[in-house]
Amino acid sequence: MVDLIVFITLLALGYGFGRYAETRHYKSIIAREKELQNIPVIASKFLPVRDKPSDAALVSGSVVISVDYFKRFLAGLRNLVGGRVTSYETLVDRARREAILRMKEEAKALGAHMVFNVKLETSSIHKGRRNAVGSVEVLAYGTALTKHR
Amino acid sequence: MVVTNIEIIPGKRIVEHLGLVQGSSVRAKHVGRDIMASFKNIFGGELKGYTELLQESREEAMDRMIQQAEAVGANAVLNVRFSTSSVAAGAAELFAYGTAVVLE
Repeated sequence: MVDLIVFITLLALGYGFGRYAETRHYKSIIAREKELQNIPVIASKFLPVRDKPSDAALVSGSVVISVDYFKRFLAGLRNLVGGRVTSYETLVDRARREAILRMKEEAKALGAHMVFNVKLETSSIHKGRRNAVGSVEVLAYGTALTKHR
Repeated sequence: MVVTNIEIIPGKRIVEHLGLVQGSSVRAKHVGRDIMASFKNIFGGELKGYTELLQESREEAMDRMIQQAEAVGANAVLNVRFSTSSVAAGAAELFAYGTAVVLE
């Protein structure tokens, strides 16, 4: 009985706080993406042909985000029937966008006008009970090009 | 030391290739951080302690790679790649590698 109460409390806490954190995070992501729109992030390997040479420097951004208890429970249920695990999809989406934003912020601090050859690296540091994915870490890195003055 | 993950530096010529240089670092956070992280696993959200951990180990891996590049007499590392893996719960390995070159 005590176990059940603890379980339901955790679910409720996870649902409430997780939802609040996610909404807030998405709001901040969208606002910052708008702000940094003028720095294009390009995944291509070869530089565009341009007459002015630029300075190049490595920039990177990383983030570790955890999923809440409620969503992990939902994902466990989803495992039984199969299909899209939406609760994890939003987790990795948030993590990737946040990592790219942090990389862009670093590029902006350097005065770069574009970020080139962007790579994303994803893995999980922390594994919860029974090896369930608890949190995801994303590292985004690329080359920031700054125009010569 | 110029470090980039593209293969050429615009406006500069590569004089000599010196081969692969690499650096890696395995780090863990103290137990307090791990306990905080397990709380965050209930509420969801960013694990700041682990983000910090990742950043520190990335910087250290880069530093080691740059040291190696300096030791072979390079002045730039091109085509840098990062690779992450988890060695144990709460510990992260970060591995950086690239090509050491001499730019004119």
